[in-house]
Amino acid sequence: MVKEKTKLICIDCPVGCEINVTYDGETVLEVDGNKCKKGINYAETEIVDPKRMIVTTVRVVKGLHTLVPVRSTEAIPKNKIFKVLDKLCKIELDAPVEIHQVVLSNAAGTGVDIIASRSLPAMME
Amino acid sequence: MIEKYCDVAVIGSGPAGLAAAIAAKKAGAQDVIIIERDTELGGILLQCIHNGFGIEIFEEDLTGPEYANRFIVQAKDAGVKDLLDTMVLDLTPRREIYAFNKRDGMIKLDTGAVVLTMGCRERPSGALAIPGYRPAGIYTAGTAQRLVNIEGYMPGERFVILGSGDIGMIMARRLTFEGAKVERMIEILPYISGLKRNYVQCLLDYDIPLQLKHTVIDIKGRDRVEAVVSAQVDENWKPIPGTEDTIPCDTLLLSVGLIPENELSKKAGVELDPLTGGPYVDDTMQTNVPGIFAAGNVVHVYDVVDWVTKAGFVAGQHSGKYAIQHKKESERKLRVIAGNNVHHVLPQFLDPQNLEKEPQELQLRVKWPVEDRVWVKVEVDGKLIKQQVEKYVRPSEMIKVILSPEVHKKAVGGRELLIKVEER
Repeated sequence: MVKEKTKLICIDCPVGCEINVTYDGETVLEVDGNKCKKGINYAETEIVDPKRMIVTTVRVVKGLHTLVPVRSTEAIPKNKIFKVLDKLCKIELDAPVEIHQVVLSNAAGTGVDIIASRSLPAMME
Repeated sequence: MIEKYCDVAVIGSGPAGLAAAIAAKKAGAQDVIIIERDTELGGILLQCIHNGFGIEIFEEDLTGPEYANRFIVQAKDAGVKDLLDTMVLDLTPRREIYAFNKRDGMIKLDTGAVVLTMGCRERPSGALAIPGYRPAGIYTAGTAQRLVNIEGYMPGERFVILGSGDIGMIMARRLTFEGAKVERMIEILPYISGLKRNYVQCLLDYDIPLQLKHTVIDIKGRDRVEAVVSAQVDENWKPIPGTEDTIPCDTLLLSVGLIPENELSKKAGVELDPLTGGPYVDDTMQTNVPGIFAAGNVVHVYDVVDWVTKAGFVAGQHSGKYAIQHKKESERKLRVIAGNNVHHVLPQFLDPQNLEKEPQELQLRVKWPVEDRVWVKVEVDGKLIKQQVEKYVRPSEMIKVILSPEVHKKAVGGRELLIKVEER
């Protein structure tokens, strides 16, 4: 058994606890320094399969603005971020766009959808 | 010029303004108007497309536009009106707002109460005193954020960011997502000035180098930024010779602090605290000017939007109460009007309730002399309530008319009290 130690900063809330994690491969043995239980979940995910929310924009044709902001419905594996971004930069939506409209489903095979985070009316004539 | 009255006018439709308008309505104010210079409600939240908003109020992790939307919907449901694409030009100590837009032209708004929610500005490059030319390619982080997230323009390809505020770190990630290279973030302090979570998810995740205890001492390039020169600083923030490093880039972003935006507040006579840059406020968020309230980043700079919303609720609720009270008083009061041969009369307003308690004195001057006996007549809505004789009247001699408590019943519920001088 090879015990390893690492320091993480939890990103689940603005507090940003500095967490000491002891782990063996993909098994987290000890978590220390977290102020709430979110820190334990964060440490376990971060060691095994780090995940992040994606927030970016997608082009819109004839909208009030030329872009609409989008987000992932949940965090996706970190190593898939640029794959998802590549897909998103090829998408063009037609206005109007509705808030929470699905822009890309099952993004890059992650099982997570990308949705619009606001409504965007059509361009005013 | 369009002239209107509203109970509460809210200047700015960011999180503080939306909350204030909703709370003013809930407190019972009837006409509540948000004035917004942009073409839609939401303020800077609309360009903050990242998540992390609403954890305290909704216990959800929302993006800026989603957070704004929650309150826009609430405001619309509550019957809050808006004046979009409208610039407020002036605000007087009597709560008169002068505004302008392309549809209506000039607008004068008389108000029962005003809530200032103009937010803040970014500290500009001029405030940093960096030597060198002023080439294209220097932006504040928030301006770059609007260009990239709303307008769809990339301000450059290779970036250096000065200052480690949250907007700067979030823009570092954002620009990376859009294919740019962020060469470095430079911070003069020995620690980052934004949140640690942003350091992790915006810088560490994308291997963006952070240099603490460093600053920018020179900007190279005449027409366009070609490089910036960084240097380490000592404990007095003085650059240490020999530590200079030239970083090739085409754009410099500044994320070096926010300043409450109070140009309008000053015009209204609102006193500002030099420590915060925002108005002095009491526990109801009222400024030193009666009926003018303030909330959010215009008062002092917050780090979490949920707290801005909460401050907006407080200011809005009290502005609503103030406006209702003010309206009751002014509806009860009679407007005192100068009639025939009366140049002016004081007071201009009279409260019949005070007249019931004790005699009230009117003071007036005539326009022209009459060297003969005249009637001085007082009417409420056309009905005579008092008349007295003067042996003569001259503009140089002030005339007093005492209204006794007996006449108060004739005055209650009236709109206008007219005083006139007539020859017999």
